[in-house]
Amino acid sequence: MTTTPTPSRPPVPGPPQDTSPTFVGMPTFHRAARAALDDTQQRRNLHHATRTIRDKRSRAVAELPHWEELRRAGAAAKDEALDHLADYLIRLEERLTAGGATVHWARDAAEANRIVLDIVRAKEAEEVVKVKSMVTQEIELNEALEAAGVNAWETDLAELIVQLGHDRPSHILVPAIHRNRREIRDIFQREMAAVGRPAPKDLTDEPSRLAEAARLHLREKFLRARVGVSGANFAIADTGSLVVVESEGNGRMCLTLPETLISVVGIEKVLPSWDDLGALLQLLPRSSTGERMNPYTTIWSGVHEGDGPQEVHVVLLDNGRTHVLGDRLGRQALRCIRCSACLNVCPVYERTGGHAYGSVYPGPIGAVLNPQLRGTESDIDRSLPWASSLCGACYDACPVGIDIPELLVELRSRVAGDRGRTAESVAMAATTWLFSDPRRLTAAQRATGVAGRLVGDRTIRSVPGLGAWTNARDLPNPPPESFRTWWARERGGGTREGSGR
Amino acid sequence: MTARDEILARVRAATADVETTAGAWAPLTVPEVAASRADTVGTFAENVADYRAEVVRVPTSESATAIIEALKRHEAATAVVPAGLPEDWLAAATAAARVVIDDGGLTAPELDRVDAVVTAAALGIATTGTIVLDHRADQGRRAITLVPDIHVCLVRSGQLVHDVPEAVRRLRPEDDARPLTWISGPSATSDIELERVEGVHGPRTLVVVLVDEDGDAV
Repeated sequence: MTTTPTPSRPPVPGPPQDTSPTFVGMPTFHRAARAALDDTQQRRNLHHATRTIRDKRSRAVAELPHWEELRRAGAAAKDEALDHLADYLIRLEERLTAGGATVHWARDAAEANRIVLDIVRAKEAEEVVKVKSMVTQEIELNEALEAAGVNAWETDLAELIVQLGHDRPSHILVPAIHRNRREIRDIFQREMAAVGRPAPKDLTDEPSRLAEAARLHLREKFLRARVGVSGANFAIADTGSLVVVESEGNGRMCLTLPETLISVVGIEKVLPSWDDLGALLQLLPRSSTGERMNPYTTIWSGVHEGDGPQEVHVVLLDNGRTHVLGDRLGRQALRCIRCSACLNVCPVYERTGGHAYGSVYPGPIGAVLNPQLRGTESDIDRSLPWASSLCGACYDACPVGIDIPELLVELRSRVAGDRGRTAESVAMAATTWLFSDPRRLTAAQRATGVAGRLVGDRTIRSVPGLGAWTNARDLPNPPPESFRTWWARERGGGTREGSGR
Repeated sequence: MTARDEILARVRAATADVETTAGAWAPLTVPEVAASRADTVGTFAENVADYRAEVVRVPTSESATAIIEALKRHEAATAVVPAGLPEDWLAAATAAARVVIDDGGLTAPELDRVDAVVTAAALGIATTGTIVLDHRADQGRRAITLVPDIHVCLVRSGQLVHDVPEAVRRLRPEDDARPLTWISGPSATSDIELERVEGVHGPRTLVVVLVDEDGDAV
């Protein structure tokens, strides 16, 4: 199932998004990954965390005998919305407006940030409280607000850890997955006092104590906040409803207590109809946190008189999404509901962590989404399609059936096509040459055997002639003797070695 | 060109290959687990408890007692209640704590000084152990079930559905669209080493009083 761009492709789908300032000049994935692999603490944290969540997810999914049918229903609803996105966006806008919300449209990150900032300024607010949201990270809204003198407080526990640690998120669901409890306690003790209520003096690294510290630190911010900022997990076209799923209650606080609520929503978040939630509100929590249902889900449809924010804004954002939509094969990546199941099952992500992907969207979905959203101009985006062993676990885990391996292969061939002969194609050609003649293989094996003895127990990171291959893959140390040499010695005489039979 | 027109033009160009029309699709039917009434009630109680909410199952005649006991057990000295709470439940709350009836005027800092809230619910879902509030008069506006640390929520067995799709169908917002809050256990986080910890920002104690209308509580 290959697709080559056909001449009849639409002339002007949207432009790719600009690489955000944070990630400009990111090295290639495999260079960034090497540094991450050297961080043994992080590897331990990630191994523990991904294994835990994988097991939880498996149990939650196994409870539902009709999981596959649910997946198909979820994918079908997203496909219907994406195939007819203009119609559903217009319907959504009508319903939102009828419900009393104000709808804004933003072509790119800069325009979205400007819209949000203008609203915040009109309310004369000096701070906003934020629900965890991937899209506001994507557009770097916090940075834009802070540059304008507005404090943006992250209120999700993991986001708070990342923000206080002057760090970057490394996972879609658990942005501080690379931190363990002791590191978190240190960050809270060091940083909380500068931005609000300090951490308790006797704070331990017990998760319940850390959660309590976050509760106390953030409560004063929730109680005084006048503007809340969120994303949305789903935007329902036929009812004009936005949905936010969460666990801690920080979302409810931000969506309920402020007078003004601004929600930034990627245009791919649209669902055709209310009833589609029947499948998606099962698929998302079980895939994401491995729970039957997440603790809290808030659904609102514009302004509700006497309940919650009385001024409700929705910013519908493109920022490269129409660029992805214009690609018939790549379009399916826009089904993504940001559950992060693909990260947790990925052998590459488990070892490198999220930072190496150079985007707020890490893991397998990031490896396909970033080069599609941003184009393949930068080193990092050109290398991401190779951040995978193509084992297929991500496709099996995806609750909306995105064929990530297929997209990766397609993107590889596009990047390769861009550049003519790629490093890997050269390496594979060299490998073919080596394996096609036993004499060459024997000579190469002897050479690495000798090299192995020379390097002792150090890992081999470069083999002459296989540079591009070993660039991204460490070879295990070769044994002192190859099987072929051993066979010749032990079974001597009738050696076929080098006979080129 | 406005941003709106430009984005819609980009979307149309990007989907020019699509030959079907919007709405012509038949949504795939989501399979639902069918169950007997008793099974639904039992599964609901089990799943609510599994997420470490307290479940108290009582016949209708004992619902007031259950409210009093829950408030006393958690040492709630003050409680806020919605204006539309049934009379006998209000009387029960008043018997156990100093009660404020919400008239919409309590500020968030004022609510923060109240220990507990007592409300009804709109619906319960068995397979997920979820209670759903649609914030009608017997449940009150969203803030009162959010800021106090103890939430005593009464759901009648007749309000239970077995699976999620049926709940979604029943909750469809009509012209008088109401906000919805789905609650599955107390506030929780798994952000520290993926270990679930109950109690972050929302009520840390959730008591679900399951009022068994058939009066056959176990």
